[in-house]
Amino acid sequence: MTVSPESGAPDVLVIGAGPAGVEAALAASAAGLRVVLVDEAAAAGGQVYRAAPRSFTGMTATPESRLGDDLRRRLAESAVETHFGHLVWSVSLGFRVDALAEGGPVSWSARRLVVASGAQERVVPFPGWTLPGVIGLAGATILLKSQHMLPGRRTLVAGQGPLLLAVAIGILKAGGEVAGVVDLASRGEWLATGAALLSRPDLAARGAGWVAQLHRRGVPLLYRQAIRRATARGDDIEVTVGPVERTGGPARGRERNFTVDAVAAGNGLTASTDVTRLLRAEHVFNEARGGWMPQVDAEFRTSVDGLFAVGDGAGIAGAAAAALHGRLVGLAIARELGALAPADHATQSASLRRSARRAGQFGAAMAGLMALRPGQVAGIAPEAVVCRCEDVTRREIDAACAEGVRSANQLKAWTRCGMGPCQGRICGDIASALVARHAGTEPRAGMFTGRTPFRPLPVAQLIKPVDYAELELPPPAPL
Amino acid sequence: MNESQPAAPGRCGLREAAVRRGAPVRFTFENRVVEAYEGESLAAALLAAGWSALRDSPNGQQARGAFCWMGLCQECIVVVDGIRQPACRTACRAGLVVRKGTIG
Repeated sequence: MTVSPESGAPDVLVIGAGPAGVEAALAASAAGLRVVLVDEAAAAGGQVYRAAPRSFTGMTATPESRLGDDLRRRLAESAVETHFGHLVWSVSLGFRVDALAEGGPVSWSARRLVVASGAQERVVPFPGWTLPGVIGLAGATILLKSQHMLPGRRTLVAGQGPLLLAVAIGILKAGGEVAGVVDLASRGEWLATGAALLSRPDLAARGAGWVAQLHRRGVPLLYRQAIRRATARGDDIEVTVGPVERTGGPARGRERNFTVDAVAAGNGLTASTDVTRLLRAEHVFNEARGGWMPQVDAEFRTSVDGLFAVGDGAGIAGAAAAALHGRLVGLAIARELGALAPADHATQSASLRRSARRAGQFGAAMAGLMALRPGQVAGIAPEAVVCRCEDVTRREIDAACAEGVRSANQLKAWTRCGMGPCQGRICGDIASALVARHAGTEPRAGMFTGRTPFRPLPVAQLIKPVDYAELELPPPAPL
Repeated sequence: MNESQPAAPGRCGLREAAVRRGAPVRFTFENRVVEAYEGESLAAALLAAGWSALRDSPNGQQARGAFCWMGLCQECIVVVDGIRQPACRTACRAGLVVRKGTIG
């Protein structure tokens, strides 16, 4: 294993180059600290401002692409040392961060570690969600805005939260067909977010415009409905959709079938907690902000000394809030390490806090629409696969709970749920929620313990030829 | 489809027409030639060519394809020149030999 050859250890290492991570890095760097920023993608932006490949031209600019371009420009003009295409696979206290790049393994040590690993998507399982052609809503946004490709010729868009409209409009703009938009929320629930939407009139107006556009194009908008099941029909997918209760569980009523070649389904975002779980930081459960998240103070310090978590990875608050919170973290670290006077820190962070509160309102309203509802978990069909890697069904999870499983980690041992190559990232929060139905509460059920490596890696890529003459041998033990 | 670009076989028309892509490249998937563009991810290029099933699940032997598109779910694992890796995180290059990621 090689230690980064660059001069000395950085003061701050930031994992994740989305809005939170970039702003944290920029603020700490502007104060004079040496900052290293690492991301597995080829460029900064995170998933929200993900850029198209460099070889692509002729894209239409959107508000998001402009924000992403601005973020990348400011980063390029800064003194932040960036490492893109670096997949972080392990982190240990101290802090040591191990990554894998095309050129081989790299590692760093840093006095402060900022985890800005963002959000990942939750998809509530239904029979047939494992069929090829059924993809996540967040995945569909990446296909559309980064690859500039449609998920299918005719796509059904289903789930909950603001991504529904964004994906449906993205498909229409790219020349595809939307068979329908199936929304768990009612029209009334969208209207009830009105007060929070006033804090971002630009986004509220765009959302209203999108709904009007879908109506004009004759796309059916089905409120308070959800996918019941999907079945393969030759090259196509037949999707059955039906009404749901306010709590998200299936309700009686007319079911409708759609024949499509792609389904984009997603039920909100959850914090990506791989690193904070691995380092055994305290976590709290807050359904309104995406479920499990690291516990942080007002400046995003976790319970582990020197470890910060910020952005959607510290609870879903949206990109605008993430950027402001990231700057607060950069300033806090600069003050801690003596690069920023306490008085300057106080003035600079006070104004950021005010803006962050406004941005947070909008994020909270969207996170509310994305929150998992109890009936959604209760209503998962027994035959639905929950753990995709190991093909573990809801029926098997319930059987294990009937035999006495009371925690998410016990469930692993009983059923192998969460033990496949994705390491429980996709099924983790649903598995915990299913166990919680037997254990009483989510905190009692807990979550899967974090483990390394964060991703399956070929061992051959992590090791280098060993020269035995160079190995330092410990002195022999006294006889 | 842009006239300067050759039509991909199979499920054509998934690429946004107004966007110009990198140089055309060819690679093979399961010994069949796939036409794609530099910069595209393998998963996207395979989808556009009509290949949405990229492997079978090891327990249920059910066909699987790209799902999260951001390197988390590992459903799009394929074997690229002998190394298992997610197709959504691999860029297309001329001459790649790609096989399904089914184990066993």
